[in-house]
Amino acid sequence: MAESDLKLLGMWASPFVIRVRMMLEEKGLSYEYIEQDVFNKSELLLKHNPIYQKVPVLIHGARDICESLVILEYIDENWSWIGPPVLPATPYKRAIAHFWAAYIEDKLMLSFVGILRAPTEEVKAEKIAETHTILEMLEGAFKKCSMGKGFFGGDSIGYLDVILGSYLTWINAAERISGAKLLDETKMPLLVEWEKRFLAADCAKKSLPSVDQLEKHARNLQVTRWKVDSAN
Amino acid sequence: MASEKGVILLDFWVSPFGQRARIALAEKGVQYEYKEENLTEKSELLLKANPVHKKIPVLIHDGKPVCESLIIVQYIDEVWSDKAPLMPSDPYQRAQARFWADFVDKKVYDCGSRLWKLKGEEQQAAKKEMIEILQLLEAQLGDKKYFGGDSFGFVDVAFVPFTSWFYSYETCANFSVEGVAPKIVQWAKRCMERESVAQTLSDPKKVYEFVCFLKKKFGVE
Repeated sequence: MAESDLKLLGMWASPFVIRVRMMLEEKGLSYEYIEQDVFNKSELLLKHNPIYQKVPVLIHGARDICESLVILEYIDENWSWIGPPVLPATPYKRAIAHFWAAYIEDKLMLSFVGILRAPTEEVKAEKIAETHTILEMLEGAFKKCSMGKGFFGGDSIGYLDVILGSYLTWINAAERISGAKLLDETKMPLLVEWEKRFLAADCAKKSLPSVDQLEKHARNLQVTRWKVDSAN
Repeated sequence: MASEKGVILLDFWVSPFGQRARIALAEKGVQYEYKEENLTEKSELLLKANPVHKKIPVLIHDGKPVCESLIIVQYIDEVWSDKAPLMPSDPYQRAQARFWADFVDKKVYDCGSRLWKLKGEEQQAAKKEMIEILQLLEAQLGDKKYFGGDSFGFVDVAFVPFTSWFYSYETCANFSVEGVAPKIVQWAKRCMERESVAQTLSDPKKVYEFVCFLKKKFGVE
Protein backbone atom coordinates (compact mmCIF):
# COMPACT_ATOMS: atom_id res chain seq x y z
CA MET A 1 0.00 0.00 0.00
CA ALA A 2 1.50 3.36 -0.99
CA GLU A 3 2.13 5.90 1.72
CA SER A 4 -0.03 8.31 -0.24
CA ASP A 5 -2.83 6.10 1.06
CA LEU A 6 -2.29 7.53 4.54
CA LYS A 7 -4.67 10.15 5.87
CA LEU A 8 -5.06 11.50 9.38
CA LEU A 9 -8.25 13.13 10.61
CA GLY A 10 -7.20 15.45 13.40
CA MET A 11 -7.62 18.61 15.41
CA TRP A 12 -4.59 20.86 15.90
CA ALA A 13 -4.88 21.21 19.69
CA SER A 14 -5.71 17.58 20.54
CA PRO A 15 -2.89 15.74 22.35
CA PHE A 16 -4.37 12.47 21.04
CA VAL A 17 -3.82 13.68 17.49
CA ILE A 18 -0.46 15.33 18.23
CA ARG A 19 1.06 12.07 19.45
CA VAL A 20 0.04 10.27 16.24
CA ARG A 21 1.64 13.06 14.18
CA MET A 22 4.80 12.73 16.29
CA MET A 23 4.91 9.01 15.63
CA LEU A 24 4.34 9.39 11.89
CA GLU A 25 7.14 11.99 11.90
CA GLU A 26 9.47 9.63 13.81
CA LYS A 27 8.81 6.92 11.24
CA GLY A 28 9.28 9.37 8.37
CA LEU A 29 5.87 8.55 6.92
CA SER A 30 4.11 11.07 4.72
CA TYR A 31 0.37 11.49 5.00
CA GLU A 32 -2.48 13.84 4.24
CA TYR A 33 -3.63 15.72 7.32
CA ILE A 34 -7.29 16.72 7.34
CA GLU A 35 -8.27 19.19 10.09
CA GLN A 36 -11.67 18.46 11.65
CA ASP A 37 -14.14 20.73 13.38
CA VAL A 38 -14.89 18.62 16.44
CA PHE A 39 -17.93 20.67 17.35
CA ASN A 40 -19.43 20.28 13.88
CA LYS A 41 -18.51 16.78 12.83
CA SER A 42 -17.95 16.05 9.16
CA GLU A 43 -19.43 13.18 7.17
CA LEU A 44 -15.87 11.95 6.74
CA LEU A 45 -15.34 11.68 10.50
CA LEU A 46 -18.69 10.01 11.11
CA LYS A 47 -17.98 7.54 8.30
CA HIS A 48 -14.48 6.57 9.47
CA ASN A 49 -15.17 6.55 13.23
CA PRO A 50 -18.83 5.70 13.66
CA ILE A 51 -18.38 4.25 17.16
CA TYR A 52 -16.81 7.23 18.92
CA GLN A 53 -16.96 9.99 16.26
CA LYS A 54 -13.69 11.39 17.56
CA VAL A 55 -10.24 12.31 16.32
CA PRO A 56 -7.64 11.01 15.64
CA VAL A 57 -8.58 8.57 12.90
CA LEU A 58 -5.82 7.06 10.77
CA ILE A 59 -7.13 6.07 7.35
CA HIS A 60 -4.73 3.65 5.67
CA GLY A 61 -6.17 2.70 2.31
CA ALA A 62 -9.41 0.93 3.13
CA ARG A 63 -8.48 0.56 6.80
CA ASP A 64 -9.72 2.81 9.60
CA ILE A 65 -7.78 2.79 12.82
CA CYS A 66 -9.24 4.67 15.79
CA GLU A 67 -8.10 5.42 19.36
CA SER A 68 -4.69 7.08 19.63
CA LEU A 69 -2.92 4.33 21.56
CA VAL A 70 -4.18 1.69 19.12
CA ILE A 71 -2.98 3.88 16.23
CA LEU A 72 0.50 4.25 17.79
CA GLU A 73 0.93 0.48 18.04
CA TYR A 74 -0.44 -0.04 14.53
CA ILE A 75 2.11 2.39 13.10
CA ASP A 76 4.92 0.73 15.06
CA GLU A 77 3.95 -2.79 13.97
CA ASN A 78 2.93 -2.07 10.40
CA TRP A 79 6.14 -0.16 9.65
CA SER A 80 8.34 -2.14 12.00
CA TRP A 81 11.29 -2.08 9.60
CA ILE A 82 11.57 1.70 9.81
CA GLY A 83 13.67 3.16 12.61
CA PRO A 84 14.02 1.85 16.16
CA PRO A 85 10.87 0.23 17.57
CA VAL A 86 8.69 2.65 19.46
CA LEU A 87 7.46 0.05 21.94
CA PRO A 88 9.99 -1.71 24.18
CA ALA A 89 11.48 -5.03 23.16
CA THR A 90 10.50 -7.36 26.01
CA PRO A 91 7.03 -8.40 27.21
CA TYR A 92 7.69 -7.09 30.73
CA LYS A 93 8.97 -3.68 29.55
CA ARG A 94 5.98 -3.44 27.19
CA ALA A 95 3.64 -4.19 30.10
CA ILE A 96 5.28 -1.39 32.10
CA ALA A 97 5.00 1.02 29.15
CA HIS A 98 1.31 0.14 28.70
CA PHE A 99 0.72 0.55 32.42
CA TRP A 100 2.13 4.09 32.50
CA ALA A 101 0.34 4.99 29.26
CA ALA A 102 -2.96 3.99 30.88
CA TYR A 103 -2.03 5.95 34.03
CA ILE A 104 -1.25 9.10 32.02
CA GLU A 105 -4.47 8.73 30.01
CA ASP A 106 -6.64 8.22 33.10
CA LYS A 107 -5.28 11.04 35.16
CA LEU A 108 -3.16 13.74 33.60
CA MET A 109 -5.45 15.62 31.25
CA LEU A 110 -8.35 15.54 33.71
CA SER A 111 -6.08 17.09 36.27
CA PHE A 112 -4.59 19.99 34.31
CA VAL A 113 -7.90 20.73 32.58
CA GLY A 114 -9.30 20.75 36.11
CA ILE A 115 -6.94 23.63 36.87
CA LEU A 116 -8.28 25.55 33.89
CA ARG A 117 -11.90 24.82 34.79
CA ALA A 118 -11.57 25.52 38.50
CA PRO A 119 -14.41 27.78 39.68
CA THR A 120 -12.58 28.91 42.83
CA GLU A 121 -9.01 29.43 44.04
CA GLU A 122 -9.44 26.50 46.43
CA VAL A 123 -10.37 24.06 43.70
CA LYS A 124 -7.54 25.43 41.57
CA ALA A 125 -5.03 24.81 44.36
CA GLU A 126 -6.38 21.27 44.79
CA LYS A 127 -6.02 20.53 41.10
CA ILE A 128 -2.50 21.97 41.01
CA ALA A 129 -1.52 19.70 43.90
CA GLU A 130 -3.11 16.75 42.11
CA THR A 131 -1.17 17.49 38.93
CA HIS A 132 2.05 17.64 40.95
CA THR A 133 1.32 14.24 42.49
CA ILE A 134 0.74 12.72 39.06
CA LEU A 135 3.91 14.26 37.61
CA GLU A 136 5.91 13.07 40.62
CA MET A 137 4.64 9.56 39.94
CA LEU A 138 5.76 9.95 36.32
CA GLU A 139 9.17 11.16 37.50
CA GLY A 140 9.54 7.74 39.14
CA ALA A 141 8.30 6.05 35.99
CA PHE A 142 10.85 7.96 33.93
CA LYS A 143 13.67 6.88 36.23
CA LYS A 144 12.61 3.25 35.86
CA CYS A 145 11.91 3.23 32.12
CA SER A 146 14.79 5.41 30.89
CA MET A 147 17.46 3.47 32.82
CA GLY A 148 19.71 6.51 32.87
CA LYS A 149 19.17 7.39 29.21
CA GLY A 150 17.51 10.49 27.78
CA PHE A 151 14.01 9.26 26.98
CA PHE A 152 11.35 6.94 28.39
CA GLY A 153 12.25 4.80 25.37
CA GLY A 154 15.96 4.83 26.30
CA ASP A 155 18.27 6.24 23.63
CA SER A 156 15.47 7.02 21.25
CA ILE A 157 11.98 8.49 21.50
CA GLY A 158 9.45 5.85 22.40
CA TYR A 159 5.80 5.23 23.11
CA LEU A 160 5.67 6.96 26.51
CA ASP A 161 7.70 9.92 25.22
CA VAL A 162 5.13 10.76 22.54
CA ILE A 163 2.20 10.10 24.86
CA LEU A 164 3.44 12.38 27.66
CA GLY A 165 5.09 14.70 25.14
CA SER A 166 1.78 15.33 23.39
CA TYR A 167 0.53 17.07 26.55
CA LEU A 168 3.50 19.41 27.00
CA THR A 169 2.09 22.50 25.29
CA TRP A 170 -1.17 22.12 27.24
CA ILE A 171 0.81 21.87 30.47
CA ASN A 172 2.80 25.00 29.55
CA ALA A 173 -0.41 26.85 28.68
CA ALA A 174 -1.99 25.78 32.00
CA GLU A 175 1.13 27.09 33.78
CA ARG A 176 0.79 30.48 32.09
CA ILE A 177 -2.93 30.78 32.74
CA SER A 178 -2.82 29.60 36.36
CA GLY A 179 0.49 31.19 37.30
CA ALA A 180 1.59 27.88 38.87
CA LYS A 181 4.68 25.88 37.98
CA LEU A 182 3.51 22.36 37.09
CA LEU A 183 6.71 20.82 35.69
CA ASP A 184 8.76 21.96 38.66
CA GLU A 185 12.53 21.29 38.67
CA THR A 186 12.51 21.02 42.46
CA LYS A 187 9.85 18.29 42.42
CA MET A 188 10.50 16.45 39.16
CA PRO A 189 14.00 17.35 37.93
CA LEU A 190 14.36 14.41 35.55
CA LEU A 191 11.11 15.22 33.77
CA VAL A 192 12.10 18.88 33.44
CA GLU A 193 15.33 17.80 31.71
CA TRP A 194 13.41 15.31 29.59
CA GLU A 195 10.99 18.08 28.56
CA LYS A 196 13.83 20.22 27.20
CA ARG A 197 15.30 17.26 25.32
CA PHE A 198 11.94 16.19 23.92
CA LEU A 199 10.90 19.68 22.80
CA ALA A 200 14.16 19.92 20.83
CA ALA A 201 13.30 16.81 18.81
CA ASP A 202 11.97 17.18 15.25
CA CYS A 203 8.78 15.27 15.95
CA ALA A 204 7.92 17.67 18.78
CA LYS A 205 8.81 20.79 16.82
CA LYS A 206 6.70 19.69 13.85
CA SER A 207 3.64 18.45 15.75
CA LEU A 208 3.14 20.60 18.85
CA PRO A 209 1.29 23.90 18.52
CA SER A 210 2.88 27.02 20.01
CA VAL A 211 2.17 27.83 23.65
CA ASP A 212 0.78 31.22 22.50
CA GLN A 213 -1.73 29.52 20.22
CA LEU A 214 -2.77 27.01 22.84
CA GLU A 215 -3.03 29.61 25.61
CA LYS A 216 -5.39 31.61 23.41
CA HIS A 217 -7.42 28.46 22.66
CA ALA A 218 -7.60 27.44 26.34
CA ARG A 219 -8.67 30.93 27.46
CA ASN A 220 -11.35 30.86 24.79
CA LEU A 221 -12.61 27.49 26.07
CA GLN A 222 -12.66 28.89 29.61
CA VAL A 223 -15.00 31.66 28.53
CA THR A 224 -17.17 29.96 25.92
CA ARG A 225 -17.44 26.35 27.08
CA TRP A 226 -16.29 26.06 30.67
CA LYS A 227 -17.85 29.31 31.90
CA VAL A 228 -14.88 30.14 34.07
CA ASP A 229 -14.22 33.71 35.11
CA SER A 230 -11.14 34.60 33.06
CA ALA A 231 -9.82 36.53 36.05
CA ASN A 232 -8.93 33.14 37.66
CA MET B 1 9.04 -9.22 46.69
CA ALA B 2 11.73 -11.86 46.48
CA SER B 3 12.51 -12.98 42.98
CA GLU B 4 10.83 -16.33 43.50
CA LYS B 5 10.32 -18.32 40.35
CA GLY B 6 6.76 -18.95 39.37
CA VAL B 7 3.46 -17.25 38.73
CA ILE B 8 1.11 -15.79 41.31
CA LEU B 9 -2.25 -14.19 40.59
CA LEU B 10 -3.74 -11.79 43.15
CA ASP B 11 -7.45 -11.75 42.46
CA PHE B 12 -11.03 -11.62 43.74
CA TRP B 13 -13.36 -14.51 42.96
CA VAL B 14 -16.13 -12.67 41.08
CA SER B 15 -14.00 -10.04 39.35
CA PRO B 16 -14.46 -10.21 35.57
CA PHE B 17 -11.08 -8.47 35.26
CA GLY B 18 -9.36 -11.18 37.28
CA GLN B 19 -11.19 -13.81 35.26
CA ARG B 20 -9.64 -12.48 32.06
CA ALA B 21 -6.22 -13.30 33.50
CA ARG B 22 -7.35 -16.74 34.71
CA ILE B 23 -8.80 -17.64 31.30
CA ALA B 24 -5.59 -16.55 29.53
CA LEU B 25 -3.42 -18.58 31.94
CA ALA B 26 -5.66 -21.63 31.47
CA GLU B 27 -5.62 -21.32 27.67
CA LYS B 28 -1.82 -21.37 27.85
CA GLY B 29 -1.68 -24.22 30.36
CA VAL B 30 0.34 -22.13 32.84
CA GLN B 31 0.63 -23.39 36.42
CA TYR B 32 0.12 -20.62 38.93
CA GLU B 33 -0.73 -19.89 42.53
CA TYR B 34 -4.11 -18.19 42.99
CA LYS B 35 -4.37 -15.81 45.95
CA GLU B 36 -7.82 -14.57 46.89
CA GLU B 37 -7.73 -10.99 48.17
CA ASN B 38 -10.02 -9.51 50.79
CA LEU B 39 -10.75 -6.18 49.14
CA THR B 40 -11.75 -4.56 52.43
CA GLU B 41 -8.41 -5.57 53.94
CA LYS B 42 -5.82 -5.65 51.19
CA SER B 43 -2.75 -7.77 51.72
CA GLU B 44 0.81 -6.42 52.08
CA LEU B 45 1.66 -8.28 48.91
CA LEU B 46 -1.08 -6.53 46.92
CA LEU B 47 -0.13 -3.10 48.25
CA LYS B 48 3.49 -3.78 47.38
CA ALA B 49 2.75 -5.28 43.97
CA ASN B 50 0.32 -2.55 42.89
CA PRO B 51 1.17 0.55 44.92
CA VAL B 52 -0.29 2.92 42.31
CA HIS B 53 -3.84 1.53 42.12
CA LYS B 54 -3.96 -1.09 44.92
CA LYS B 55 -6.31 -3.15 42.75
CA ILE B 56 -6.63 -6.71 41.53
CA PRO B 57 -5.81 -8.50 39.35
CA VAL B 58 -2.04 -8.45 39.66
CA LEU B 59 0.10 -11.10 38.00
CA ILE B 60 3.44 -11.65 39.69
CA HIS B 61 5.86 -13.49 37.39
CA ASP B 62 9.23 -14.44 38.88
CA GLY B 63 8.76 -11.65 41.43
CA LYS B 64 7.82 -8.98 38.86
CA PRO B 65 4.30 -7.55 39.04
CA VAL B 66 2.10 -6.83 36.02
CA CYS B 67 -1.08 -4.80 36.63
CA GLU B 68 -4.26 -4.00 34.68
CA SER B 69 -6.19 -6.97 33.28
CA LEU B 70 -5.80 -6.38 29.54
CA ILE B 71 -2.10 -5.60 30.01
CA ILE B 72 -1.81 -8.87 31.95
CA VAL B 73 -3.55 -10.81 29.16
CA GLN B 74 -1.22 -9.32 26.52
CA TYR B 75 1.78 -10.13 28.72
CA ILE B 76 0.64 -13.74 29.16
CA ASP B 77 0.09 -14.03 25.40
CA GLU B 78 3.60 -12.72 24.65
CA VAL B 79 5.49 -14.72 27.28
CA TRP B 80 3.73 -18.05 26.64
CA SER B 81 3.62 -17.52 22.92
CA ASP B 82 4.11 -21.18 22.01
CA LYS B 83 0.51 -22.13 22.72
CA ALA B 84 -2.99 -20.78 21.94
CA PRO B 85 -2.08 -17.35 20.53
CA LEU B 86 -4.69 -14.80 21.61
CA MET B 87 -3.62 -11.93 19.36
CA PRO B 88 -3.61 -12.20 15.58
CA SER B 89 -0.29 -11.68 13.79
CA ASP B 90 -1.40 -9.11 11.21
CA PRO B 91 -0.95 -5.47 12.42
CA TYR B 92 -4.40 -4.36 11.27
CA GLN B 93 -6.14 -7.37 12.85
CA ARG B 94 -4.19 -6.63 16.02
CA ALA B 95 -5.37 -3.00 15.92
CA GLN B 96 -8.98 -4.20 15.57
CA ALA B 97 -8.55 -6.59 18.51
CA ARG B 98 -7.09 -3.85 20.70
CA PHE B 99 -9.84 -1.43 19.70
CA TRP B 100 -12.66 -3.83 20.58
CA ALA B 101 -11.07 -5.04 23.82
CA ASP B 102 -10.69 -1.39 24.79
CA PHE B 103 -14.36 -0.80 23.84
CA VAL B 104 -15.43 -3.60 26.20
CA ASP B 105 -13.18 -2.10 28.88
CA LYS B 106 -14.55 1.42 28.50
CA LYS B 107 -18.20 0.50 28.27
CA VAL B 108 -19.43 -2.80 29.69
CA TYR B 109 -18.53 -2.72 33.40
CA ASP B 110 -19.44 0.95 33.93
CA CYS B 111 -22.76 0.71 32.16
CA GLY B 112 -23.49 -2.61 33.85
CA SER B 113 -22.85 -1.06 37.27
CA ARG B 114 -25.31 1.71 36.50
CA LEU B 115 -27.96 -0.91 35.74
CA TRP B 116 -27.96 -2.15 39.32
CA LYS B 117 -26.97 1.08 41.09
CA LEU B 118 -29.61 3.35 39.61
CA LYS B 119 -33.37 3.47 39.44
CA GLY B 120 -36.08 5.12 37.36
CA GLU B 121 -35.07 7.28 34.40
CA GLU B 122 -31.34 6.97 35.03
CA GLN B 123 -31.62 3.19 34.99
CA GLN B 124 -33.66 3.33 31.78
CA ALA B 125 -30.94 5.44 30.19
CA ALA B 126 -28.30 2.91 31.29
CA LYS B 127 -30.42 0.06 29.91
CA LYS B 128 -30.70 1.80 26.54
CA GLU B 129 -26.95 2.27 26.53
CA MET B 130 -26.30 -1.38 27.46
CA ILE B 131 -28.55 -2.57 24.64
CA GLU B 132 -26.59 -0.36 22.20
CA ILE B 133 -23.29 -1.73 23.52
CA LEU B 134 -24.47 -5.35 23.15
CA GLN B 135 -25.76 -4.70 19.64
CA LEU B 136 -22.50 -3.05 18.56
CA LEU B 137 -20.59 -6.05 19.89
CA GLU B 138 -23.01 -8.38 18.13
CA ALA B 139 -22.46 -6.53 14.84
CA GLN B 140 -18.71 -6.90 15.34
CA LEU B 141 -19.04 -10.62 16.06
CA GLY B 142 -21.29 -11.17 13.03
CA ASP B 143 -21.45 -14.82 12.04
CA LYS B 144 -17.96 -15.64 13.28
CA LYS B 145 -17.42 -18.42 15.79
CA TYR B 146 -15.47 -16.07 18.05
CA PHE B 147 -14.52 -12.39 17.98
CA GLY B 148 -11.09 -13.70 17.03
CA GLY B 149 -12.55 -15.53 14.01
CA ASP B 150 -12.04 -19.30 14.09
CA SER B 151 -9.76 -19.02 17.13
CA PHE B 152 -10.63 -17.83 20.58
CA GLY B 153 -8.81 -14.53 20.98
CA PHE B 154 -8.09 -11.35 22.87
CA VAL B 155 -11.54 -9.78 22.50
CA ASP B 156 -13.22 -13.04 23.51
CA VAL B 157 -11.09 -13.14 26.68
CA ALA B 158 -11.86 -9.46 27.35
CA PHE B 159 -15.63 -9.84 27.07
CA VAL B 160 -16.57 -13.38 28.10
CA PRO B 161 -16.33 -12.87 31.92
CA PHE B 162 -19.13 -10.31 31.65
CA THR B 163 -21.50 -12.95 30.26
CA SER B 164 -22.01 -14.30 33.76
CA TRP B 165 -23.26 -10.83 34.71
CA PHE B 166 -25.99 -10.89 32.02
CA TYR B 167 -28.47 -12.52 34.41
CA SER B 168 -27.89 -9.69 36.92
CA TYR B 169 -28.23 -7.01 34.24
CA GLU B 170 -31.45 -8.61 32.96
CA THR B 171 -32.96 -9.01 36.42
CA CYS B 172 -32.09 -5.50 37.64
CA ALA B 173 -33.08 -3.66 34.49
CA ASN B 174 -35.81 -5.96 33.18
CA PHE B 175 -34.70 -6.87 29.69
CA SER B 176 -33.39 -9.92 27.85
CA VAL B 177 -29.89 -10.08 26.38
CA GLU B 178 -31.05 -12.87 24.07
CA GLY B 179 -33.90 -10.63 22.94
CA VAL B 180 -31.56 -7.82 21.90
CA ALA B 181 -28.37 -9.68 20.96
CA PRO B 182 -29.04 -13.40 20.29
CA LYS B 183 -25.69 -13.97 18.54
CA ILE B 184 -23.87 -12.80 21.67
CA VAL B 185 -25.79 -15.37 23.72
CA GLN B 186 -24.85 -18.12 21.23
CA TRP B 187 -21.23 -16.96 21.31
CA ALA B 188 -21.26 -17.09 25.12
CA LYS B 189 -22.48 -20.71 25.00
CA ARG B 190 -19.69 -21.64 22.56
CA CYS B 191 -17.14 -20.03 24.87
CA MET B 192 -18.48 -22.04 27.81
CA GLU B 193 -17.59 -25.22 25.89
CA ARG B 194 -13.96 -24.25 26.46
CA GLU B 195 -12.53 -25.63 29.69
CA SER B 196 -10.66 -22.38 30.42
CA VAL B 197 -13.94 -20.45 30.40
CA ALA B 198 -16.19 -23.05 32.07
CA GLN B 199 -13.77 -23.47 34.95
CA THR B 200 -13.31 -19.73 35.45
CA LEU B 201 -16.62 -17.96 35.08
CA SER B 202 -18.76 -17.52 38.17
CA ASP B 203 -22.23 -19.01 38.30
CA PRO B 204 -24.63 -16.24 37.18
CA LYS B 205 -26.80 -16.83 40.28
CA LYS B 206 -23.77 -16.34 42.53
CA VAL B 207 -22.95 -13.13 40.65
CA TYR B 208 -26.50 -11.95 41.26
CA GLU B 209 -26.17 -12.73 44.98
CA PHE B 210 -23.01 -10.64 44.98
CA VAL B 211 -24.80 -7.78 43.17
CA CYS B 212 -27.59 -7.93 45.78
CA PHE B 213 -24.96 -7.75 48.51
CA LEU B 214 -23.44 -4.67 46.82
CA LYS B 215 -26.86 -3.09 46.46
CA LYS B 216 -27.45 -3.43 50.22
CA LYS B 217 -23.97 -2.13 50.92
CA PHE B 218 -24.51 0.95 48.74
CA GLY B 219 -28.02 1.48 50.05
CA VAL B 220 -29.70 0.87 46.72
CA GLU B 221 -33.26 -0.41 47.14
